[in-house]
Amino acid sequence: MTTLPAPPKVKLGLVIDLDTCVGCHACVTACKGWNTQNYGAPLSDRDAYGEAEGTFLNRVHSYTMQPGSGPAQTVHMPKSCLHCDDAPCVTVCPTGASYKRAEDGIVLVNEDACMGCGLCAWACPYGAREVDELAGVMKKCTLCVDRIYNETLPEIDRQPACVRTCPAGARHYGDLNDPASAVSQLVAARGGVDLMPEQGTKPVNQYLPPRPRDTLGADEDILASFLAPVYEETGAEEATGFLGWLDRALEKV
Amino acid sequence: MKDHFDPSPKVGDRVAKTTCYMCACRCGIDVHLKADAEGVERVAYIEGNRDHPVNKGVLCAKGASGIMQHNAPSRLRAPLRRTGPRGSGQFEEITWEEAYETARAILAPIRETDPSKLAFFTGRDQSQSFTSWWAQAFGTPNYAAHGGFCSVNMAAAGIYTVGGAFWEFGSPDWEKTKLFLLFGCAEDHDSNPIKMGLGRLKERGARVVGINPIRTGYNAVADDWYGVTPGTDGLLILSLVHCLLKAGQLDLRYLAEFSDAPVLIDARPGATHGLPLKDDDGHALVWCRKEQRPRCYDAEDVEPDLNGAWAQDGVTHRTVFHAIAHRYLDGAYAPEAVAERVGISARRIRALAGEIARVAFEESWEEPIAWTDFRGRRHETMTARPVAMHAMRGISAHANGFQTCRAIHLLQTLIGSVEAPGGFRFKPPYPKPATAHPKPHCKVTPGAPLDGPHLGFVHGPDDLCLRDDGTPARIDKAFSWDNPMSAHGLMHMVISNAHAGDPYEIDTLFLYMANMAWNSSMNTTGTMAMLTDQRDDGSYVIPNVIYADAYSSEMVAYADLVLPDTTYLERHDCISLLDRPICEPEAAADAIRHPVVAPDRDVVPFQTALLELGARLGLPGMVNDDGSKKYADFADYMVRHERRPGIGPLMGFRGNGEATGRGAPNPDQLNRYIENGAFAVAHVPAEGLYMKPWNKAYQDWAVEIGLYDAPQPFLITLWSEPLRRFQLAAEGHGERQPPDHLRERIKATFDPLPIWYDPMEGHATDPRFTITALTQRPAAMYHSWGTQNAWLRQIHGRNPLYLPTGIWEAQGFREGDWARVTSPHGEIVVPVAHMPGQNDETVWTWNAIGKRKGAWALHENAPEANQGFLLNHLIHELMPPKGDGLRWSNSDPITGQAAWFDLKVAVEKCAPPADLRSTPQFETLDRPVPPGPDVVAWEVKR
Repeated sequence: MTTLPAPPKVKLGLVIDLDTCVGCHACVTACKGWNTQNYGAPLSDRDAYGEAEGTFLNRVHSYTMQPGSGPAQTVHMPKSCLHCDDAPCVTVCPTGASYKRAEDGIVLVNEDACMGCGLCAWACPYGAREVDELAGVMKKCTLCVDRIYNETLPEIDRQPACVRTCPAGARHYGDLNDPASAVSQLVAARGGVDLMPEQGTKPVNQYLPPRPRDTLGADEDILASFLAPVYEETGAEEATGFLGWLDRALEKV
Repeated sequence: MKDHFDPSPKVGDRVAKTTCYMCACRCGIDVHLKADAEGVERVAYIEGNRDHPVNKGVLCAKGASGIMQHNAPSRLRAPLRRTGPRGSGQFEEITWEEAYETARAILAPIRETDPSKLAFFTGRDQSQSFTSWWAQAFGTPNYAAHGGFCSVNMAAAGIYTVGGAFWEFGSPDWEKTKLFLLFGCAEDHDSNPIKMGLGRLKERGARVVGINPIRTGYNAVADDWYGVTPGTDGLLILSLVHCLLKAGQLDLRYLAEFSDAPVLIDARPGATHGLPLKDDDGHALVWCRKEQRPRCYDAEDVEPDLNGAWAQDGVTHRTVFHAIAHRYLDGAYAPEAVAERVGISARRIRALAGEIARVAFEESWEEPIAWTDFRGRRHETMTARPVAMHAMRGISAHANGFQTCRAIHLLQTLIGSVEAPGGFRFKPPYPKPATAHPKPHCKVTPGAPLDGPHLGFVHGPDDLCLRDDGTPARIDKAFSWDNPMSAHGLMHMVISNAHAGDPYEIDTLFLYMANMAWNSSMNTTGTMAMLTDQRDDGSYVIPNVIYADAYSSEMVAYADLVLPDTTYLERHDCISLLDRPICEPEAAADAIRHPVVAPDRDVVPFQTALLELGARLGLPGMVNDDGSKKYADFADYMVRHERRPGIGPLMGFRGNGEATGRGAPNPDQLNRYIENGAFAVAHVPAEGLYMKPWNKAYQDWAVEIGLYDAPQPFLITLWSEPLRRFQLAAEGHGERQPPDHLRERIKATFDPLPIWYDPMEGHATDPRFTITALTQRPAAMYHSWGTQNAWLRQIHGRNPLYLPTGIWEAQGFREGDWARVTSPHGEIVVPVAHMPGQNDETVWTWNAIGKRKGAWALHENAPEANQGFLLNHLIHELMPPKGDGLRWSNSDPITGQAAWFDLKVAVEKCAPPADLRSTPQFETLDRPVPPGPDVVAWEVKR
């Protein structure tokens, strides 16, 4: 069993905007690329040109739901480790390989100490960890800990690969324990939520819910006022009435 | 505790900035290179270039997986000569010298006798200005790229109507628009700028409306989704036009000053009926309100009258706008009249029209940019119309797509939003009216170049590419009566026509990166049969097939000679203003690729190989006066070639290195590009940022940097003169007459104003065929290319047929079920899945996921080659036979655009196949490359 640190003062994490995510998977492969080259063992792909089973730290899921009225809606939900305050994947670890950092709350796996038992993956209610079968170690999102403090990178690039690459700007990174941070303010403004709060894991990552969809025409009267005919509707030869209005309108232009 | 990891790893030893090639977006990329244990530089990581005008640092799933594309096991390794029967995939590797000489021995006699016996068509070609130049020098009229099966309806309708098009050629005003309408299925062009733009709209709280039968991707984040029935978008749009006209929600000043709405139309019966009236200099005439007489449209003090009328010789000429009012105020376009057909309630149609009106006119403002228009009038501001529109392949890929796209441009113009702040903006070199483009050329002279560029814009029957006997001059029948305005050619008809000898037989089919034996052809099975069909004497009906590709695609197996290309990180490329550049509305921009790693195979960049072949054939422009080779390689061409004096493939760093656009060749040009991040940018002056077609500051700037040689202001062309000229011919006027079997179709579809007609009428040959089947490209794949990518194929390795709730429930489908899908042309058996967010009359799947066994270095158990499937087997390149013995192409009658989306099918549940494989299945191809490795874990370690 591994112990969690005292609540960190800095809680680095992601804010993912489900109103904006188009499900393009850019974050998935940017993550795959960075973390194959860096932090521990590469993310391998087994039977890579056959059935293909690879290790990913971040995957995009799509959910479709049919509201009571109006058209069905689809939500794209990227999912990776949420760096929970009460991370069950840490407390379950028999070797201490899985741990939460006191300084910034990031949950990491020390691959040197990991025996690949997979208990942490079972304990994670989000399915956010994957064993790399080739390396025999547990892999998970590191929040690009080797980017965000990376002194060889320009300051502007010291952010997770998924955030840097996201074309729609649906991913944000920052200190969610600092109410003044941009991410905290975004969460406040947009009503950000915990994923599966009933699990009691207190995730640091936050999701911004989609804004209401398919509202156009809800206030029918207002829009209808923009479509009032400019001439008397006769049902036939309406162009004549229209052109009469046109001549009057042109006088005013 | 000391970290067990390095918190500051060096990403690589150096960064090479170049240009992505994973789709048509052409983003800037930072390629991090690192030496491995042997000291060989390898690609370690690819990310977006923050300074790049297209992507500003971001990168999509494809671009970020470029490393797996570059390392793909499917890469061809050496030139190949066929040893087995065509289509078997049996080859021997040969030297480049053998390859060049084999190609020369085939091509030289063709050029000396009849250059039209060569059909040279390019697919995934981003150097069309170069490949077309080569084909022109060879002298064949048979050249085009893949636009005819991709986007020509969109491009041609846009250029003929507003002088520019959507996709890479225009853009919503992302920073200012308040209402964005995205029309049409498929969500690809242009990839990252649209995602970035949608993100900006979301940030600002602007409303996004998706009009698309399928609610995926961009439509999933759309605030409002209009799940239109496929092929009816035009009717929906014209209904919006109806509503706006009726309510007078129009930008009358814009229409009068910048469109042809006030132009007078000839009312005299006869050969000029319905053409715009013009003065002796060819300038369109408008009725001047001030002087109450017809005047030239561009006179400085003219006051064009939208409702002008000129009584002359017993007839009254009236305006285009008069015709528009009469046409679209008709009750047939009322929301109630179209609702059922388009699959959207009248209430929702009205809501959209009302919102367009509200935003265009209530949320408008005056943008404080003073400017001078083409009439010489000074304006202190520009009027914003913050409604932007963009359209996708779903608009283009129907046989009514040209007119549908014109309908969108009509809608944009009525509210004055083309080039207005907040509206739709052109990217240089657009705006550029159709009249400023070349016309097509087809005059063949043995041993000599073609008489001009192949592709262009026709303005009437006189411009068609016909032989003396009136039959089509081109193998694809482009610019013939079958599809007169086929500005991009008809790649989808080349193999079919060559096989049928209609209009004539060819000797050699030369293709570049076009997977015609698989996902890039309609009627895939038939195409494979045509490529392998033999005459009685055992010779092939299409005698020679030369193919260039970087990868082991299905098409490779059907070639006699294969020229292996490099990957995009191993070659020079030129993303040029001469064809399809990377401009933004606020700047002209072009880019290069340059080799950032050396190939480890015996491969040559295709453009360099083509220059070598051209030199061996002695093609003009490719040899010096003494007959020696003129360009060492494509890089040399990029620097030294001049299309017009001072105008070359690359705009930046010309002359002494400081000139942009115009200037002498600069030997140091490519180094300057590389230093600058592999691109060059020229900013549009502030006064010219909007209203570009009419804006003197923009026009003068465009001339200065060489986009054109004189200002090209023009009026938006709502009434299309070329369309009317073809219609007049069909009515019996003029020397050049269409064949009788095409007369009625031309009369009906070449309406000078946008119309809607049912594009699928001829496809529903049986009452069972009620459902439209569509394909779309996933954002994370580029057609067949993604499948060889070990990362991307894990995202989209499977493609069920997605069924709407109605069909799903009516037939009691359940997860894991299969269906038999039947069209007038064929049958497939495929896995299905339920997707509620789609139009009730629509089924769809991801494009080009299905693969043939043996191709792309995939293993036998790859899901793409087992469960994966193509809808292409259900689509024919010809219409179902009409009993007249004629070969009617399955294309837009105006442009020849392949009508991929006019596919009508029946879907019925069936038992899963015992082997759980989709049908049809084909023999496994022999592999010119070994299958990919079992495990990939690409870490570059010292």
